[in-house]
Amino acid sequence: MTRFAESAPSKGGFSFDLCKRNEMLVQKGLKQPSFLKTGTTIVGLVFQDGVILGADTRATEGPIVADKNCEKIHYMAPNIYCCGAGTAADTEAVTDMVSSNLKLHRYHTGRESRVVTALTLLKSHLFSYQGHVSAALVLGGVDVTGPHLHTIYPHGSTDTLPFATMGSGSLAAMAIFESKYREGLTRDEGVKIVAEAICSGIFNDLGSGSNVDICVITKGKQEYLRNYMLPNPRTYVSEKGYTFSKKTEVLLTKITPLRELVEVIEGGDAMEE
Amino acid sequence: MDGISGDLNAPHSMGTTIIGVTYNGGVVLGADSRTSTGMYVANRASDKITQLTDNVYICRSGSAADSQIVSDYVRYYLHQHTIQLGQPATVKVAANLVRMIAYNNKNNLQTGMIVGGWDKYEGGKIYGIPLGGTLLEQPFTIGGSGSSYLYGFFDQIWKEGMTQDEAEKLVVKAVSLAIARDGASGGVVRTVTINKDGVVRKFYPGDTLPLWHEELEAKDSLLDILAAASPEPMVS
Repeated sequence: MTRFAESAPSKGGFSFDLCKRNEMLVQKGLKQPSFLKTGTTIVGLVFQDGVILGADTRATEGPIVADKNCEKIHYMAPNIYCCGAGTAADTEAVTDMVSSNLKLHRYHTGRESRVVTALTLLKSHLFSYQGHVSAALVLGGVDVTGPHLHTIYPHGSTDTLPFATMGSGSLAAMAIFESKYREGLTRDEGVKIVAEAICSGIFNDLGSGSNVDICVITKGKQEYLRNYMLPNPRTYVSEKGYTFSKKTEVLLTKITPLRELVEVIEGGDAMEE
Repeated sequence: MDGISGDLNAPHSMGTTIIGVTYNGGVVLGADSRTSTGMYVANRASDKITQLTDNVYICRSGSAADSQIVSDYVRYYLHQHTIQLGQPATVKVAANLVRMIAYNNKNNLQTGMIVGGWDKYEGGKIYGIPLGGTLLEQPFTIGGSGSSYLYGFFDQIWKEGMTQDEAEKLVVKAVSLAIARDGASGGVVRTVTINKDGVVRKFYPGDTLPLWHEELEAKDSLLDILAAASPEPMVS
């Protein structure tokens, strides 16, 4: 009975046949290739008159730091930004795709994009891939209905929250938010708490590191504070700077001009085969 | 990666307690507010009682992604249906749409739901749509991981023709009992009461909920009796 039910095609709606195939391949021992994952701390909070997003800047490939200063706060629309954790390629691709759809929608309607529109586009895309597009997102923005903050999980579920954290450093960052967040924060207080939460991720989570990026979105204005904080400066730079020996053995000073590219021979024989 | 960190990659799901109860004149829906990914509480104040139409609400349990998609589709269908009909959709129609999606995609969905609401034809009605996609019209329904702690309680205490106040108190009591015993349920208790006059939402913070069994302060404890007696140590 169960076997029959599983083999029967579902009536319209969703198609999951490729998921079933992939499951079967994995069961038969297929090793799926690994991806560039951003072990990450990303956060967001709602303050007095807008939303603040924050992210660290470390990208990892297994145990290797692949990029020490990457950008994890993605542009969605002039009034909406989105932090991404998970597979770097997926977060980049999914935010770019939705950003493009939002722009087409703006041309079509002639109105500012809403955060819920971005949210719905993202969640329906992620749901249709059943968690295989591994993008965990913190979406924030200010639209005609006010400031909004959402989290989106790879399987397509969403939450609406006053403060949110995501990625491997989410526990460290949430500890800061849970102890310091309150309603009606000012911009400066908000930025301070967000920076502190990201620093908590940078210092206490191995997957997160390097610098702090922050994005403040208010009605009709957005500030992208790239590298707002640099808590991990390079420690091995010599104060004197590096100098190299100026003594170089001179081997040749004569300049030989390059040969003409093609030598044309007048009256040569035609080539034959 | 093991332990807590590995669990963060688990799908977002709602180990839940959800309840629907009919009373004399309407229905009361209740739910806890915990959403977890493995062992991590991803949201401690989530709202699992979602609006479908003005007079119909749905309690969601199981996979958060699946139940959100199902209720988004049903809300969309009901909106269209309401416009075409020119009057509010009935609870039965709403429940049947949920059943249709849950049944047609039963192999790919991990979600149990409770639909409840009020309409002018049948009054307050509760429908349970558990995992396989069957539709059960019942005077009261419980669902989610916390419900297994509540079957006996409901069998004993539920009675027909309760007042609104009795029904609300019953729901809050039941959810707080489940929160106390089920690790996957927690946070606050949310209720939605629907009757002919409209909808009332209520919210009970965790620190205002009743305490049960071992959470209660010990009374006449042996330690208290000993402490009340002479502070001098006994010397032999």
